[in-house]
Amino acid sequence: MKSETGKTLLVALILCIVCSVLVSGAAVSLRPMQQVNIKLDVKKNLLVAAGLIKSTAKREEIEAAYKNVKPLLVDLASGEVVEGDVENYNQKKAAKDPKQNIMIERSIDKGSIKMRAKIAKAYLIQEDGVTTMLVLPVHGKGLWSTMYGFLVLEPSTTIVKGIGYYAHGETPGLGGEIDNPSWKATWAGKKLLNDSFEPVLKVVKGTAKTDTEIDGLSGATLTSNGVSGTIQYWLGKDGFGPFLAKFREGGIQ
Amino acid sequence: MSLKKVLFAPITENNPIALQILGICSALAVTTKLETAFVMCIAVTLVTAFSNFFVSLIRNHVPSSIRIIVMMTVIASLVIVTDQLLKAFVYDIAKSMSVYVGLIITNCIVMGRAEAYAMKNGPITSFIDGLGNGLGYSIVLIFVAFFRELFGSGKLLGFEVLPTVGNGGFYQTNGMALLAPSAFFLIGIFIWGLRTWKVDQVEKE
Repeated sequence: MKSETGKTLLVALILCIVCSVLVSGAAVSLRPMQQVNIKLDVKKNLLVAAGLIKSTAKREEIEAAYKNVKPLLVDLASGEVVEGDVENYNQKKAAKDPKQNIMIERSIDKGSIKMRAKIAKAYLIQEDGVTTMLVLPVHGKGLWSTMYGFLVLEPSTTIVKGIGYYAHGETPGLGGEIDNPSWKATWAGKKLLNDSFEPVLKVVKGTAKTDTEIDGLSGATLTSNGVSGTIQYWLGKDGFGPFLAKFREGGIQ
Repeated sequence: MSLKKVLFAPITENNPIALQILGICSALAVTTKLETAFVMCIAVTLVTAFSNFFVSLIRNHVPSSIRIIVMMTVIASLVIVTDQLLKAFVYDIAKSMSVYVGLIITNCIVMGRAEAYAMKNGPITSFIDGLGNGLGYSIVLIFVAFFRELFGSGKLLGFEVLPTVGNGGFYQTNGMALLAPSAFFLIGIFIWGLRTWKVDQVEKE
């Protein structure tokens, strides 16, 4: 009986060692390729949201189109652009780091984000040095998951040019319809901010009647509310508000 | 049993989904598009084949008291490696399959074949048995995905076959086909067809 137990332990030990070497070997050796893929995927989604490429674009097309994109680091509280390593800044990580994040007061936390990084990324899309579009990365909670997306604005900052979510875990066919191209197309030209530059755009139940409303997704009220909350928070005073004000004054190029 | 029989029997005579009723979960989850279904099929087939192979290799050394956990460890390791490979080489597809690759670990076919076949047979026949069961699973998945993509989005492999109303065509897409229950109906139809053809699979009252 004793030798039986010994053998059991030995087999378990050997198996664990072999398997863990295999798994960690694969994870470590494939990581660089995966990182490249993830970065490329974010670039692609940004460009698709801005309507510059199709979602079937190949790597070369993405890299070529991305040359017109100027990424910035923005201090959200002041709206100033700050110096730093834009390429490698990880906003998701910063949002969890107590030194780099702030807690959001519940009363203004419309996207249920809880905490966010002090420094956010923003992108200018430029043609011959003139900004033609502003791209703001936004995120907020839907029904099941945090939805990460890009909101594309006209240079006036009050009109939407496009939207695209690149990561979410909403129900396919219901909340997952935030990926539906025809729904996304209804965003173009909608009025995002009112005359005093407060966010007014909302996803409503049913059909949109004015230019500050977006059609609700049927069967996905909570996802729709999450999208509204995300927009309301990120374009408000606590979000990109100060940055957009600076941009309108012409201070950011 | 000849190797050929081991390979092909699971496709019609002993289909893992239609007769053994294993692995239904992923058949519902990843069949809204043919492309993801194909990748899932390849992943499950390879994982089943290799897990059968490795489990069979060590079957005489595994004390029966820990055999299930040993199988789980082997299967989980293979699945994680597969997931890493997919993320490195076909990122878009890996993204659309999201958690379902990881859930191959809990796919009953893999575990079921390791316990029922690989623990009693040699590595080569076990490997073939894994391939065969993977193929049997694939047939059903591709059948289901074909109809779901065609009726749900009017496309096949991403190419438009039935021009949809949304794009100015005539075909009103069937939203039901995109939801999980439609896969139940399609699997039901598949099983019905199979049992009409192979009458001996009908369970006796």
